[in-house]
Amino acid sequence: MADRASPPSPSYLNYPKAFAVGGLICCIGQALTDFFSNIVGKDIQQARACTSIVLIGITAVLTAIGCFSAIAKHAGAGTVVPITGFANAVVSPAIEFKSEGQIFGVGAKMFIIAGPVIVYGTLAGMIYGIVYWATQRFL
Amino acid sequence: MKRIGRASVAFDDVSITSFACVGGKMEGDGPLGGKIDKIFEDTLAGEETWEKAESRLVQEASNLCIEKSGYTSSDFDYIFSGDLLNQCTASSFGLITLGIPLIGMYGACSTMASTLLCAAVFTDSGAAERCIAATSSHFASSERQFRNPLRYGGQRPPTAQRTVTGAGAMAVERGGRLRITRATAGIITDLGIADANNMGAAMAPAAASTILRHFDAAGTAPEDYDRIVTGDLGTVGAQLLRELTHREGIDISPVHCDGGVMIFDLKAQDVHAGGSGCGCSATVMCSEILPSLDRGETKRVLFVGTGALMSPTSSQQGNNIPAVAHAVEIERI
Repeated sequence: MADRASPPSPSYLNYPKAFAVGGLICCIGQALTDFFSNIVGKDIQQARACTSIVLIGITAVLTAIGCFSAIAKHAGAGTVVPITGFANAVVSPAIEFKSEGQIFGVGAKMFIIAGPVIVYGTLAGMIYGIVYWATQRFL
Repeated sequence: MKRIGRASVAFDDVSITSFACVGGKMEGDGPLGGKIDKIFEDTLAGEETWEKAESRLVQEASNLCIEKSGYTSSDFDYIFSGDLLNQCTASSFGLITLGIPLIGMYGACSTMASTLLCAAVFTDSGAAERCIAATSSHFASSERQFRNPLRYGGQRPPTAQRTVTGAGAMAVERGGRLRITRATAGIITDLGIADANNMGAAMAPAAASTILRHFDAAGTAPEDYDRIVTGDLGTVGAQLLRELTHREGIDISPVHCDGGVMIFDLKAQDVHAGGSGCGCSATVMCSEILPSLDRGETKRVLFVGTGALMSPTSSQQGNNIPAVAHAVEIERI
């Protein structure tokens, strides 16, 4: 009865919006990578790192001025999946919990949302490393 | 004052003699904006933190209520107040300066009804000459306690509700026109809703249970009321409540209205299923329902405060959302 009365999220609208915004962010990323490798003259590894830094920087600024949540409300996974989502997940609690001080506020709460991503990302990396090592060693 | 049923009381002579409410910018832009006593355009209300801002709201509402009553704070024996913050700090920090003995209460978003009920019992029994019932909520302080940081970019489902930034206070004493005639305290219900983004669905069964128990104890029916006002069920919960009572053979829909639906313009304002929070029912009561009774446009109203009693911890541990609703009947004489 409660399910029947509860309208679902409008996926027909959310999917295209997420696709468009996510795609746009990836296009910007690619353009930045091309810029750093072709025009600035960095090698591809460095160009990719620079791209991430720029995207994170832009997200941090947009989060701080309150624009990011307004975009993300429409974009959904479009802004969450790229590195922008991760940057926002770190910056937003850091701003929010400033009122509790630098140590117990910003320091302790900064990773309250992104923490699990780091923990399980590292864990997944380790498992991948072991599997990779094993396949190189024994196969 | 006498017991008319289990947790139902009929009062002899107790009234709401003064009331006031304050709200935030979104509430000011809503349909009831012009009727709210004071609007804080600044989300921080001139304070440093969201929590202090909420304390300021309940302080302002209480001060305005005292001012309108013509008394001073020392004339009030008790203030009953509560809010959504951990350990009810909005009330305890905000009401320090009043110097009125405080009884802090937690009933989640049903707090306006529970504080009003207790103030009525204290006053009618003679334990107090004059009391204040108050409550507050703040969008930003609730968001960060129950959900995510304000600037976190995420999506919310259509069933989610927006916590109202606002506070209300009512002065209760003997005599007066807005009589509190009867009240029923609610039983906690849990029909298995665990989605904290669908509190309306969790609260609807509690509202239905209390309304039916109140009808039973008071010997009344929906036609005896001009309005049955639920606190903050939102669109989803309000529809469920009507269905639930209809199942029991009672049709409340002609007189039912919901604070969560009334406080915002659901089409123009981005609030999904409507408003919620202690401040929702408080501001709707003090800006619309009580003034309308006072002007004689309505004669008898059943106010049903609804509360979802989860905490961030209980939700993370996968528990359902228990809910409660308290009913207070107000009649203009």
